[in-house]
Amino acid sequence: MLLTFNQAAKSGANVESVEQRVSDGEVRDAVVVRFCGDSGDGVQLAGNRFTVDAVRAGSDVATFPEFPAEIRAPAGSTAGVSAFQVQFGDHRVYTHGDEADVLVAMNPAALATNLSRLKPGGVLIVDSGAFTRKALAQAGYAHDPLAEFDGGRARLVSIDMSAMVLAALAEADVRRREALKSRNFFALGVVYWMFGREGREMLEWIDRKFARSETARHANATVFRAGLACADTLELSAYPVSAGAGAIEAERTITGNEALSLGLMSAAALAELDLVVGCYPITPASDILHFLSRESGNGVVAMQAEDEIAAIGAALGASYGGALGVTATSGPGMALKSETLGLAVALELPLVVIDVQRAGPSTGMPTRAEQSDANIALYGRSGEAPLPVIAARSPADCFDAAVEAVRVAVEHMTPVVLLSDAALSNSAEPWRTPDLANILPICPPRAIASSDDGPFKPYVRDDRLVRPWAVPGTPGMQHRIGGLEKADVTGGISYDGENHQRMTELRAQKIAAIADRLEGGVELYGERTGKLLMISWGGTFGAVRQSVEDARRLGHDVSHLHLRWLNPLDEVIGEIARGFDKVVVGELNRGQVTDRLRARFLIDAKVLSVMAGRPFGRRELNNAIVKAMNA
Amino acid sequence: MTQLATELDGAERPLSRKDYQTDNDVRWCPGCGDYAVLAQFHKMLAAIGARKEEHVIVSGIGCSSRFPYYVDCYGIHGIHGRAPAIATGLKLANPALTVWVVTGDGDGLSIGASHLLHALRRNVDVKVLLFNNRIYGLTKGQFSPTSPNGLPTRSSPDGNPDNPVHPLDFAMTAGVSFVARAIDTDTARLQEILLAAAAHRGSVFVEILQNCPIFLDGAFDALKHDGKRIHLVDGEPMRFGGGVLGRNALGALEVLGENDDRVLVHQVGDRGTARQLAAIDDTDGLPAPFGILYRTPRVPHHEIVAARGNRLDVVAMQRRLSQSAG
Repeated sequence: MLLTFNQAAKSGANVESVEQRVSDGEVRDAVVVRFCGDSGDGVQLAGNRFTVDAVRAGSDVATFPEFPAEIRAPAGSTAGVSAFQVQFGDHRVYTHGDEADVLVAMNPAALATNLSRLKPGGVLIVDSGAFTRKALAQAGYAHDPLAEFDGGRARLVSIDMSAMVLAALAEADVRRREALKSRNFFALGVVYWMFGREGREMLEWIDRKFARSETARHANATVFRAGLACADTLELSAYPVSAGAGAIEAERTITGNEALSLGLMSAAALAELDLVVGCYPITPASDILHFLSRESGNGVVAMQAEDEIAAIGAALGASYGGALGVTATSGPGMALKSETLGLAVALELPLVVIDVQRAGPSTGMPTRAEQSDANIALYGRSGEAPLPVIAARSPADCFDAAVEAVRVAVEHMTPVVLLSDAALSNSAEPWRTPDLANILPICPPRAIASSDDGPFKPYVRDDRLVRPWAVPGTPGMQHRIGGLEKADVTGGISYDGENHQRMTELRAQKIAAIADRLEGGVELYGERTGKLLMISWGGTFGAVRQSVEDARRLGHDVSHLHLRWLNPLDEVIGEIARGFDKVVVGELNRGQVTDRLRARFLIDAKVLSVMAGRPFGRRELNNAIVKAMNA
Repeated sequence: MTQLATELDGAERPLSRKDYQTDNDVRWCPGCGDYAVLAQFHKMLAAIGARKEEHVIVSGIGCSSRFPYYVDCYGIHGIHGRAPAIATGLKLANPALTVWVVTGDGDGLSIGASHLLHALRRNVDVKVLLFNNRIYGLTKGQFSPTSPNGLPTRSSPDGNPDNPVHPLDFAMTAGVSFVARAIDTDTARLQEILLAAAAHRGSVFVEILQNCPIFLDGAFDALKHDGKRIHLVDGEPMRFGGGVLGRNALGALEVLGENDDRVLVHQVGDRGTARQLAAIDDTDGLPAPFGILYRTPRVPHHEIVAARGNRLDVVAMQRRLSQSAG
């Protein structure tokens, strides 16, 4: 069963015993599983495989991988613990879930750092063989926590996985050290069995993955089967999860950074433009550079620049040269790109800047999510320099957001900032391969030869105030553009004050006019008027939607408005917001977009903010909704 | 193919230097060395029969960076110091273009030194013309990264506290494939170097000493004397007004007598000697080198970084998306 609103609101009151569930054979519609262990224990692999097969079985999923900040923390230390959480179910799953129903801890350090993430009364699976005296000491345990475990806290399933793996591989030609590396496959076998899965897809994957080494293939398959058998023997088939009648049909899962990369490539194809990507490595955006660097055979140019400024400079130069210039970064890099973004506004060239937001200011917490770059994206330039800002709302949505960002950049000759965040970047959700035939082509406003004989006029505008894109190499359209203010129409240097007034207004009007063309700029769920309107933008979409659904099931008068574009803002936002008694904006910052909405629409929006380096929890949002309803 | 101009009577003729000028008023101070460089640039374009649309000039900020406005090809007047980065992306996007970067001592060696270093070491196929007047002009007279130590300026009333960077040395250290130096007053040799620069594939770095008549007039007067400068010609002995260049017992460059048979013969592909020449300082008694110091064939950046396949059309992209499934 789902955690209901009342249970959640009573924080921790849900102590229904697992044994009871087992005997009931209850079928649940959503479950949260959390794998944790040392960085070398393969928990990310285990989590990913479990997720992929859950999707194949028809479940919706939302994942949340957490990596240690250190690249190579000492083995067995609490600093080196890696975790992977997945929520899967037969209905739309919006988040990775607050707490785990099942926690798999591969060593004492993982238990020490993750036990608090297990739901009271949940199932704790540990490899007792890893609880050696040395490992306990490293994790800060004076005594073995398994020996005196409180059965009221959780149901402990203690299995000496290490010994069972070694026994399973006794006949195989595998050294002890290598054998123990496959403990994750054993744990995976246990968890598969728990959820009523026979693991056929997993065994097929092992066959494919280790096709080149029969020894490895055999060893991993053997260990996985041993895990299945162990769970069968222990009768651990606790949680059958209902098959997804209403679940999403999807071939695969996708992370935010993968979806962004494929979205950029697809947009370039739709626009018939070359894709040139300039990037400087920065967490959590680097995977975009890695992904696109592998696409050279598909016509993509990905360049690792010497710094963030050169990365955007190269992207802008590429756009001037007639390609689709893109750069991807995070907060500190965004600060460095500010000057070039201003130039791009002045030049009116297409450019997409992706900001995978992380906790700031400064270096902050590089692997942790925050939405605190809304202001720098919207306003972080000298002078009057408006540009469109779009925010992706989920990992799969990063694909669509990338296509839309490119469409606006190219068709309106403007830099666009696309906001993602650290949580979206690595999290996965099911993804159906989009049909590009269903996406409108992207049409660059190519310059066409003018009938008059005078010099080419780079700043003549069409009815959408868009200037023509004349690419170097085109005969007869030679022109010079730059950061100095340009004379209207001719583009010559101008220091005339009235011209500057006109150009400033034109640049602003051009961006404002885009609002009329933005499909799906806002999305309303629920009634158009009522007591409470919850507003989200970007990655807080899923958590807010889930809590609004929870509240509505309990009969509360709550609606949800999600903003896709932070600039230009759709006027309808103000109209809708004025139809509610209360408006609360959930964002992972101190109220940047809240302030913008207040200023723009003169509405009394309140912020619900979290800056803890993580997405919203379901319980805290549910509590906030109750509080807002009762206030 | 050479571009042709059509006369009023319909006859076609090759473009002349005037055809490459723009309608913009040139706004450098009277007597500025930049005028001479601009004139030679127009002349060079006419000499190579340049098609206007195939050349792009990218600049940063500073007096020299107004250059693109005065040449009738494509141009982009960027932001301070970032021209090499913009030019790098431009060349990647559109390799058929001939890309020039016009920069100055402040733009290229102070705020943009990093971008310049990386463009040169990558051998990006752009031709960098660095106008060195050893002073900030557009901001009105502060010391630049090439100003002599001790020079009193508006921002260094007690004398420039910093030691100058040597542009040629900087370029050689970066690993550029073409290094040359010219001076605004020697237009014939400047023209030769511009022609050679236009023909080179890979990074070109040309330092052009250029007099600022307002803030540091006469900065290069000392070099007017034949005994103070040497013109390097590939395959020719290194002779100048003060004798010849040879090496001392330690291998360092030294001035020898006019008839000394230990005279060095200039080889543009000799990186070791080029590095010694590039390092010559105003104060070490050796003549200032001019001409092409170093040139070597090297695969340009865009051919290495370029996409290995063709751009995907929608159908191919759909296939690519399907591949990524499962």
